[in-house]
Amino acid sequence: MAKRSIVPFGPQHPVLPEPVHLDLVLEDETVVGAVPSIGYIHRGLEKLVEKRDFKQYVYIAERVCGICSCGHGLGYCESVEQVMGIEVPDRAKFLRVIWMEMSRVHSHLLWLGLLADAMGFESLFMESWRLREKILDMFDETTGGRIIHSVNCVGGVQKDMDSTMLNGILEAVKDLEKEMRPVADTFLEDYTVQSRLKGVGVLSRERAIELGAVGPMLRASGEEYDARLLGYAAYPNLTVEPVTSKDGDSYARCEVRIKELFQSFDLIREAIGKIPEGDISVPVKGNPSGEFFMRIEQPRGEAVYYVKGSGKKFLERFRLRTPTTSNIPPMVETLKGCQLADVPLLILTIDPCVSCTER
Amino acid sequence: MEIEHMSKRKVLTFAGRALKNLFQKPATTSYPFEPAVYPERMRGHVEIHMEDCICCGLCMRSCPSQAIRVDRRAGTWTIRRFDCVQCSSCVNVCPKKCLTMEAGYTRPDTRKTDETFIKPAQPEEARAEAASVKAEEAEQKQQEKQKDCIPERI
Repeated sequence: MAKRSIVPFGPQHPVLPEPVHLDLVLEDETVVGAVPSIGYIHRGLEKLVEKRDFKQYVYIAERVCGICSCGHGLGYCESVEQVMGIEVPDRAKFLRVIWMEMSRVHSHLLWLGLLADAMGFESLFMESWRLREKILDMFDETTGGRIIHSVNCVGGVQKDMDSTMLNGILEAVKDLEKEMRPVADTFLEDYTVQSRLKGVGVLSRERAIELGAVGPMLRASGEEYDARLLGYAAYPNLTVEPVTSKDGDSYARCEVRIKELFQSFDLIREAIGKIPEGDISVPVKGNPSGEFFMRIEQPRGEAVYYVKGSGKKFLERFRLRTPTTSNIPPMVETLKGCQLADVPLLILTIDPCVSCTER
Repeated sequence: MEIEHMSKRKVLTFAGRALKNLFQKPATTSYPFEPAVYPERMRGHVEIHMEDCICCGLCMRSCPSQAIRVDRRAGTWTIRRFDCVQCSSCVNVCPKKCLTMEAGYTRPDTRKTDETFIKPAQPEEARAEAASVKAEEAEQKQQEKQKDCIPERI
């Protein structure tokens, strides 16, 4: 038996987008165990709910994370609306879906770029991020912010989109889809990419369910679960089918995310086609009293929002369980038995967002 | 498994795109030589039109990052630009619509300084006129009150 050694990995590492620390137990070059630890960027944002009124807190919920910003605002608003029994206008629901799917596209393109960077495929990385700029420009045009959109509010949305903007989004999506094809082909067919991803970090469907994997990590193992089917916002009016793959390796996770990109393009087109005319928000009176658990599908997986109010303008408790929290145990499982050189890539395949996780 | 996947593998799939990119115009703009173009809705920084401000303090109460301070007595409106998160919450609640969100980011600085706006002093004539209008209104109200109080004679 080879001598065991422990190698500290992170929180500062060239390949890690966010700080997570791992103690890797190695036998020669093979990883036999990994002990994760987090806690480098805790900001106490959940506690802040006691100091800011429930309408102000939307802005704080949005700032939990830069990439999932739109989703956090949406999840928080939906849960408060459920507590208060507010029926959001249909137009607002569709607008929420359009922005949410645009957010998914930008998150997945960001991840694809990071994956290419982790493999050392620099030109593919630059191309993915170049495409992402188009979506960010559309966000800038429609919401006024590239990353933090501040469009969701309790009772609806703050900004409407006119037909020029909706057509602009359709044009951008059309261009993006066309330009995305060669990039998708490279990710799925290129020799270099496949040699780094195929058969690396296999997670079986049973283990993925047991360990509580969510999002593309779970769907890549063959489980058909997508929180968008739970029916929040305007998703019940749209065609959502979970994108799955069966291999459960890093390549399958990449494949699921690429297919989800194209699914998001379709959803944006469908939502724009079906968007009704009408108000974008309803007036909110009174304070929330009661509690609610809300689940939404973030680009990285299922996120859970818990809200508890006692009739005052300050909520008693807000709890946010992010997809990365759920995906850390499956990540540790995939690390067992892999080569040390594959560790950065495997950490990346869960699409970690540590600032979300620590809040 | 390896042999099965080998048939699907292609080499240099990205070469065409990479070559095309070499001869294309850069995707980025040559800022600062070209001015930055901001979209209409851009949330860059908050501007105030102090003449219309009534110092009600609603913006101060709605600010999630507590960047705004309003002093009603002194007639001042102060903002810490580096604390502002450009959420436009203050713009949405302003009853006089004197706050606006303008394009362009806050300029970098070496210190976090406050920026204070003072409500412009009204000229003497305008102030005297406003005072006389107020006095007249008060008098009218007083008279109406007295009218209400006097019992009708039968």
